Amino acid sequence: MATTTIGVKKKTSLFAQLWESICKGGVLVWLSCLFMGLGLILKGQVIKGIIYLLVEVAFVLFIVLFAGYYLGLLGSLGTVAEIIVGYEEFFGDLIPIYAYKHNSFQILLFNVLIFGVIFFFVYLWMRSVVDCYKAKLRADAGEPPISFTSELKTYLNSNFHVTILALPTIGVLAFTVFPLITMILLAFTNFDRAHLPPANLFTWNGFSIFKEIFNFGATGAVSISATFTRILIWTIIWAICATFLNYIFGMILALLINKKGIRFKKMWRTIFVTTIAVPQFVTLLLMSKILADEGIVNQLLIQWGFEPIKFFTGSGLTAKITVIVINLWVGIPYTMLMTTGILMNIPASLYESAKIDGASPFIMFVKITMPYMLFVTTPYLITQFIGNLNNFNVIYLLSGGNPLTSSLYYAGETDLLITWLYKLSLNQQMYNLASAIGILMFVISASLSLITYNMSASVKREEEFQ
Amino acid sequence: MSEKTKSLRRSQIASNVAVYIILTVLSIIWLLPIAWLILSSFRLEGGAFVKYVWPKQLGFDNYVKLFTNKERNFVLWCTNTLTVAIFSCILSTLFTLCSSFALSRMRFKMRKTIMNIALILGMFPGFMSMIAIYHILKLLNLNQSLVALVLVYSGGAGLNYHICKGFFDTIPKELDEAAMIDGATRFRIFWQITIPLSKPMIIYTVLTSFLAPWTDFIFASFIMQGKSDLFTVSVGLWSMLERESISEWYLPFCAGAVVISIPITALFLFMQKYYAEGVTAGAVKG
Repeated sequence: MATTTIGVKKKTSLFAQLWESICKGGVLVWLSCLFMGLGLILKGQVIKGIIYLLVEVAFVLFIVLFAGYYLGLLGSLGTVAEIIVGYEEFFGDLIPIYAYKHNSFQILLFNVLIFGVIFFFVYLWMRSVVDCYKAKLRADAGEPPISFTSELKTYLNSNFHVTILALPTIGVLAFTVFPLITMILLAFTNFDRAHLPPANLFTWNGFSIFKEIFNFGATGAVSISATFTRILIWTIIWAICATFLNYIFGMILALLINKKGIRFKKMWRTIFVTTIAVPQFVTLLLMSKILADEGIVNQLLIQWGFEPIKFFTGSGLTAKITVIVINLWVGIPYTMLMTTGILMNIPASLYESAKIDGASPFIMFVKITMPYMLFVTTPYLITQFIGNLNNFNVIYLLSGGNPLTSSLYYAGETDLLITWLYKLSLNQQMYNLASAIGILMFVISASLSLITYNMSASVKREEEFQ
Repeated sequence: MSEKTKSLRRSQIASNVAVYIILTVLSIIWLLPIAWLILSSFRLEGGAFVKYVWPKQLGFDNYVKLFTNKERNFVLWCTNTLTVAIFSCILSTLFTLCSSFALSRMRFKMRKTIMNIALILGMFPGFMSMIAIYHILKLLNLNQSLVALVLVYSGGAGLNYHICKGFFDTIPKELDEAAMIDGATRFRIFWQITIPLSKPMIIYTVLTSFLAPWTDFIFASFIMQGKSDLFTVSVGLWSMLERESISEWYLPFCAGAVVISIPITALFLFMQKYYAEGVTAGAVKG
């Protein structure tokens, strides 16, 4: 096609293309920098040019009529929470009627949105300038302008990824990126229960909440930093136990069922799979009641002459062990189900030659099964690990973070960072602290998994496989 | 020689017997809580906590109470969940298929970047954005509504492309290339080649997104915040076990748990082969 021979090289970045366009474009392109799409209209691509121009008009109106007001409030996040809008007579006295004016959260939210619109506009502007330059080059070379319909058609073919990604991207932007950015910003404000909009304002507070989290020298009643450290350590211990114990025991279970000479394989598998098919919140709530202080397990223990065990109300250690064990009950069948198929893919010849060399089943498990499985399932393990760091359901529905302790800041002994975050935001309305913890959790899981993910072979060899 | 094979066989039988014993014990451990749930759902006497295993009286009263009580309207919760499940499963399947196709079958400049961003986004605790989403929905006057729940469940579905992309990756590229030589556009390839070839994957995606609203607890409870006529099944059942209602509602809870577990279990058993295939499809074999 002719387009690739003339015009800007497709491979270079948009910035480089823009630079080239401005340097070599001349007056027409410079004017198009001010009036988007002008060059396109003059060089025959009228419809596209008009669309660009309309975008520019809409953007200016957006800034003047809507965005300007909120951008002006970004620095303070609002100055007046309530204003008097009128008076009402009440037994001869005049009582002022209040109305909410500035809502700090709304101001923050709209500003994130406005910045998103600005970025998108800047991108379109860069595209428009480059397009004008390309149109000029075509006209200089005496080629006919690209028709609008033929350009539209590329969105069903070579540009189909744009079409097909548009909807999912909008969804992700609206429900993941946009809220996330807002939440990240909240960590740098004083949005807590003393500053709840709309009745109160909150404002920027810098890094002070992070300072509080990392202020390890803090003395006094219950410090946030000590709580954070303790919960972080327990979260990591929990994630390691929950991931690897489930993985290994689940695999052993799968091996037992797969063992040569064992009959009714399907029946065994179905038994275990049935237990995970029951919705998790049901089994977890059920377990928490079975293990409650007056639950059936303790009732039976008493009848049989044992001491009752306080699973979730006694010592922190008992509760932690209980949670990990119950999670084994929840998780082992998953791993069994997931690994069965892969285990059967391991070439039988490997085991046969190992057997001839006199290897014991244990040695074969360590030397053949584990390396093979680790190789194939590393991405799965990473997602499991991250999932366990953030495993809300098991902790919240099973122990609720209990046993309670006064040595932690609004947290119980088995609380993970995620359930602490939940309690802080929902019960204590410490939104800024909750956001800061969320950011730290992200930093931890992101750095942990990016390292392992990039090392794992199955990612590196993606192209080879196709 | 025969002595040796005999002893070998004997040791094999012994180890098999051991495995049978282990499997039986494990099965009992895994099935006991489920059995306890079913038994409790038919128990007529006592509240949440009793001192014996076998119920003294059996009957269907708990089920009757579950379906007829207007204050805790289980049937309404079920229809709520069904509505949310149908709409969010349509939207999520669409989103997932679209993003998977683009990332698997097409090569474009931003592809790696998008995948890395998706990976990073997935590492934020999902609940963290929940607080902001709640406030956004509140500004839009959409909080405490089923629409909000549908949007929350399906909005980010484009990020869950891993399994589906892994499946698309296994469809030979030559098919696309041949079709392109014959003049097919990318759109036709997607619609007439990839989609028809991906039936198992589509079934898997539809079922997982259909099941999510039935089993999710955290998002639904956060969005509905006590508005009991909009509860989904899981939040409703959970609310039965709150401290002030557990003694009266524990047994109906068990009945409700049994009722919703039956279809979910059936669906899950049906899709378990897709599940195992899906999880491993993204990984390189051997």
